[in-house]
Amino acid sequence: MTSGTDIAPSTATSAPVVGSRWQMRSLAAREWLLFLLFIGPNLVIFGLFTYWPMIENVRLSTQRWNMLSPRRTDVGLDNFRYLLEDGVFRQVLINTFYFTGAAVGLSLVLGLVVALLLNQPLRGRDATRAIVFAPTLLSGAAIGIVWAYIFDPRFGLLAQILGWFNIGSPDWLNRPEWAMPAIIIVYVWKNLGFAAVIYLAGLQGIPRDLYDAAKVDGANAWWRFRSVTVPMLSPISFFLVVTSILSTFQSFDIIRVMTRGGPVDATNTLVYYVWDEAFQRSNAGRAAAAALVLFVLMMVVTLVQLRYSERKVHYA
Amino acid sequence: MPNRSQPFRMRLQRLAGYAAMALLLFVIGAPVFWMVSGSLKTNQEIYTFPPQWLPTSPQWENFTTAWNAAPFGRFYFNSIVTTLAGSALEIINATLSAYALAYLRFPFKNVIFVILLASLMIPAQVTVLPNYIFFGSTIFELFGESWINTYQAIILPGASVAFGTFLLRQSFLGMPREVLDAARVDGAGHLRTLWEIVLPMARPVLVTFALISLVAKWNDYLWPLVITTTSEMRTLPVGITYLFDSEGNNQWGVIMAATVFVVLPLVVVYLWAQRYIIEGLTAGATKG
Repeated sequence: MTSGTDIAPSTATSAPVVGSRWQMRSLAAREWLLFLLFIGPNLVIFGLFTYWPMIENVRLSTQRWNMLSPRRTDVGLDNFRYLLEDGVFRQVLINTFYFTGAAVGLSLVLGLVVALLLNQPLRGRDATRAIVFAPTLLSGAAIGIVWAYIFDPRFGLLAQILGWFNIGSPDWLNRPEWAMPAIIIVYVWKNLGFAAVIYLAGLQGIPRDLYDAAKVDGANAWWRFRSVTVPMLSPISFFLVVTSILSTFQSFDIIRVMTRGGPVDATNTLVYYVWDEAFQRSNAGRAAAAALVLFVLMMVVTLVQLRYSERKVHYA
Repeated sequence: MPNRSQPFRMRLQRLAGYAAMALLLFVIGAPVFWMVSGSLKTNQEIYTFPPQWLPTSPQWENFTTAWNAAPFGRFYFNSIVTTLAGSALEIINATLSAYALAYLRFPFKNVIFVILLASLMIPAQVTVLPNYIFFGSTIFELFGESWINTYQAIILPGASVAFGTFLLRQSFLGMPREVLDAARVDGAGHLRTLWEIVLPMARPVLVTFALISLVAKWNDYLWPLVITTTSEMRTLPVGITYLFDSEGNNQWGVIMAATVFVVLPLVVVYLWAQRYIIEGLTAGATKG
């Protein structure tokens, strides 16, 4: 009671504080609710159709199942053992790396060449940029069909162009050694515009004085390219390498339409193999195991990206 | 001498530049030209060597033949429905999620952001088989019957977005705080702030994302191929292979006409929105 006078003022001030804290709490609760309401659908759909299937896929990879029978047999790691020993799957992995390496390398190098060209003060370069970029947006299925006609060794456009130089056209899509180069040509044709446009934006962001300084130092054009352009573009190159690897790993439509993985598995790549095993051969377990291999490969690429995009790769 | 040789060298360089540009345009343009000119050729003009670059008289019948050879009206309808619905859902999800992540308080916000972003590591190619099995499972029979071969099944797995959420969140975070605070003071709720202030300011990014989303949905191939089982449910890119597969000795004129059907809507969109697409993509890549 003696301390009552001491307490009185503090309770007097704390009463409204408690009230507003209560109010604030309900306000905060309402904001949390709104947050969940806004982000909920997105999260639920990801949960149902991305994360849950991923877990299901792991389970499937340890089973044998023909997609029809009500019973699935647990087989442990048999599916992976099968893939490890299967000659076709080894071929599939080699094809995937061959395709990815060549397609990514060529689209980046040619993309850079095109960007350097369009960085010159030439008339019509904006229109050219728009045209070069356009194939990126076209349906791979439709483009694949058009190119199948172009590759026709007897009546195709390419046969005629090769004829101008007195070169006979190979039977592109029916020869194991030519089918993959054909697919790579189509892929590079379709995607080099993306690399070109991104590189061009990068080139336009390089400060002029870097070139002027190099010129003062007596660097010739090639040396300026080596010592200014290439290092300044390295973050962009890195970004392009990663995104292109991920997108080539996933490519399916062009291969499905043009060669169906053939001839004799010459263009059978990982995604095609997964689809083929699952939906043509009804080996759900084997397909799931192969899909997991694809996932792990893509994960490695993504982790490398996360690790290195932290540091700037300017002078790498 | 130098004052004459210098311009000469430059002129030569310019000439080389234009020559290279012409070659580039030929390489990129020739296949497209070949598609269009092929779609107007007779079979006879197609099966000659050396091939003719231009048809003698344009065979517009190729287009009607193609249209009638497979249910292209249906394919168009299916593609339009699934593309528009899928993109609309993506845009709504991306906008709401981005707003929540940018402006609303929540205890585990970072965790949720990471969950969204991590989904980028799981490509659709890995989830195709389990999703197919899922849509065929008995759960969906509660709704009548299995959802395989339905619009819902084509659309739903692609209705969530990580990339677009990230893109919009970045743009929302870059907006001036004062404008948003002023709206708050005026008593605007979150929905009104989002609709009347944030979205108009984010318009360029929103348009870019919408276009990228539309293009991706229109061209999507693997999932519609897997989840549709009858020709009435096929989308254009999947449906077009009917012509190509069935004809053993290909009727190239008719097939090229069919590829024009698939490609034409996107070409029109691109002509109209070219700047948005290119600038949006380059901003995303060079700033990030």
